Formats: sequence, structure tokens, C-alpha cells
Amino acid sequence: MQNGKINKIWELLNTVPDPEIPVISVVELGVIRDVTFANNCYIISITPTYSGCPAVKAFQDDIKVCLKENGIANFELKIVYSPAWTTDWMTDTTKEKLRKYGIAPPSDTVICPQCDSEKTILISDFGATACKALYKCSDCLEPFEFFKCI
Amino acid sequence: MSSLFTYTLRIADSSLILGQRMAEWCAKGPTLEEDIAFSNISLDMFGQANGFYEYAAQLDDSKSADDLAFLRNEREFFNHQMVEIENEHFGNTIVRNFLHDAFNLLFYTKLSESKDETLAALAAKSLKEVKYHLRHSTNWLIRLGDGTEESNAKAQKSLDNIWQFTAELFEMDKIDTELLNAGIAVDNKALKLEWDKIVNSTLTKAKLKRPEDGYMATGGKKGMHTEYLGFLLAEMQFLQRAYPDAKW
Repeated sequence: MQNGKINKIWELLNTVPDPEIPVISVVELGVIRDVTFANNCYIISITPTYSGCPAVKAFQDDIKVCLKENGIANFELKIVYSPAWTTDWMTDTTKEKLRKYGIAPPSDTVICPQCDSEKTILISDFGATACKALYKCSDCLEPFEFFKCI
Repeated sequence: MSSLFTYTLRIADSSLILGQRMAEWCAKGPTLEEDIAFSNISLDMFGQANGFYEYAAQLDDSKSADDLAFLRNEREFFNHQMVEIENEHFGNTIVRNFLHDAFNLLFYTKLSESKDETLAALAAKSLKEVKYHLRHSTNWLIRLGDGTEESNAKAQKSLDNIWQFTAELFEMDKIDTELLNAGIAVDNKALKLEWDKIVNSTLTKAKLKRPEDGYMATGGKKGMHTEYLGFLLAEMQFLQRAYPDAKW
């Protein structure tokens, strides 16, 4: 019974979008580490992407709203730091979603999401959010964001 | 106050104060990219500080993380004096951050092996971010040092001024030693050799001269600070002091 509900919670969490990159869910982002059941309470373990990322607070609120709207009230969100979040947890499907959205997914070679060129130049190590850097394509000349590997 | 509480607070304080200094650059950066870079670094620092404050608050039930950040006075802060000195110009900020980032990289590498699981986890998380910060400050230090005559002279002058705050990073007091023996704390002294290597190799690339050790400042661990910290706290803590428990 609880296992069934745990699967349901995972399904619901998979509908909560990342506040900054709405094409991927918090599950796809890799920040939901575990869902367990103890003392009549579901414990959802969350790890931050970057220590100070404001989206972490935002998606915690979104998760609370989503679960409550779906009739789940006995849950707790727990922040875990270990193991530290890594972009390695992103699946190829998630990376493809990022690329289609116009963000170059984390990889050793930075490929332009517009024209697939590998001739790209770093403009700034830091971008509009903690997880991204700014690049420019030397072929199509479009600037774009790159999801940093950490 | 337990030793572990004080030790955790010291780490949090250095991150918070440097984060506040970086935040002062917001909307004042020399270019849009650098404005964004400093704001990002500031956020990382606040996030790291928050993690350590939350842990400290668990160790001392009477205080919340916010109480620790906003309701302590100057003498109750234990950060390195280096992080509280003023930003001044861009090059001065870069020099200060570079010296501190290089220390942080080594410090968090070691702390991530701590027997205290929470400190180890927070350190491993912070380390990933600090690597990025050091890359940023290193690249800029080289560009400024090996740039124009003026940028070199300004960077050298900042380096000469800030150098007095470097010795404190490697100090060990009773609390450090007690926790080091327990397998929890980092041996700061032992980081010096590796720090020297990073600093020397970058300064050579940047065509800057490593200053001689002269008068070396000390006291952060005991709550002794430069004249700058009080002003920083006055601005940072104003809202919580004037409107206690204000929420929005």
C-alpha cells in the first residue's frame, strides 16, 4: 500500500517543473534523492543543485502545493547534502529536452543548441542562474546558455 | 558553546561576510558579465553559509540560522579578517577573493574527509562551487597583473595591502587542535605549503611580486576585527534589527 503511494508520489513529483527551466521536472533535474515512509509520514529527500540557488526554495514550495492538491498531507521535505548533486544524474532524455529548449546540456564538448556546431566560445563562466554559463556559437553567431557540468 | 558549534560558526561567518561583500557589487560590476559573476558567487557563499548556520543551529537549540546571521554583534563574529576588508576597486576585490578562494579550495578538500558527516557533506558541496570561484579569480588576476601598467600596479598595491591578512588563514587555536585530534577539523597549518604553490604559480603568471611577510593581522577567531566589519553588519543586519522577525 505504502509502496503504491510512494510510486504515486514519484509520479506527482515528476509533474513539478524546475522553476527556472520549466521543460524539465524536479525529478529529471536529479534533486529528488529518495522517497521513504516512516512513522506514518512520507519523507522526500531533496538535494540542492547549488548551495544558494533560489530555485531550491521555490520548488520546495511547488512540491508542497502539488502534493497537498493531490490529497497527500503526511509528508516532510528533508534537505540532504551528501552525495552532492551532480549533472551526471541527468539522463539523455533530459539532456535532449534542454537542448530543444535552447540550453546546451552538460557535456565535455559545448555544442550549439541552435545549429549543432562544436565551434563555440565561452563568454562568461556565470549566467542568469547558478547552473549555467554563457556561450556564443562561432558558426551561427547565436549566444546561448550552457548547463555547467558539476 | 561547544567547540564544534564554534568551529562550524567560524566557517559560516567567513562565507556570509564574503557573500555580503560580493553582493555589494550587484548592479555595480564593471561589465554585465562580471556583475552576474559576482552575484552568482555571492549566492553560492550565502548558500554555503546557510548550510553551516543550519548545522550550528542544530548544535545549539536556542538559536536559529537567521538569529546567528542577523542578531550577533561584531565581537561575536569569527570570520577571517580578510573577507571583511572593503571591495574598493575591481582588482582589489579579485586579489582578496583569489587569496581566499585558494585557501577555501584546500580547506574544503580536507574538510570533506572530516569524521563529522554533516561538515564533510557541506564541504564536499561547497568544494564544487569554490573550484569555479577560484577559476574566476585566477583568470582575472592574471589578466589584471599581466595587463596594462596601470592594472598591474593596482593589483600589486592591493596584493601588498591584503597580504597582512593571509597568515590568519593558517592559524590553529585550541578549538582547532581539539577537533583536529578528534578527526573533525582541518589542520590549517598543513594547508600552507599547497596554498603557497597555488599562489606563487598564479602570481608568476600574473607578473606580480609575492610580498614579504611583515606585520600579520590576527584575531578573527577571537572575535577581533578590522574597523570595516561593524559597518558591514550595520547594513546587513539593519532590517532584522529595526523590524525583528519581519517576514515577507
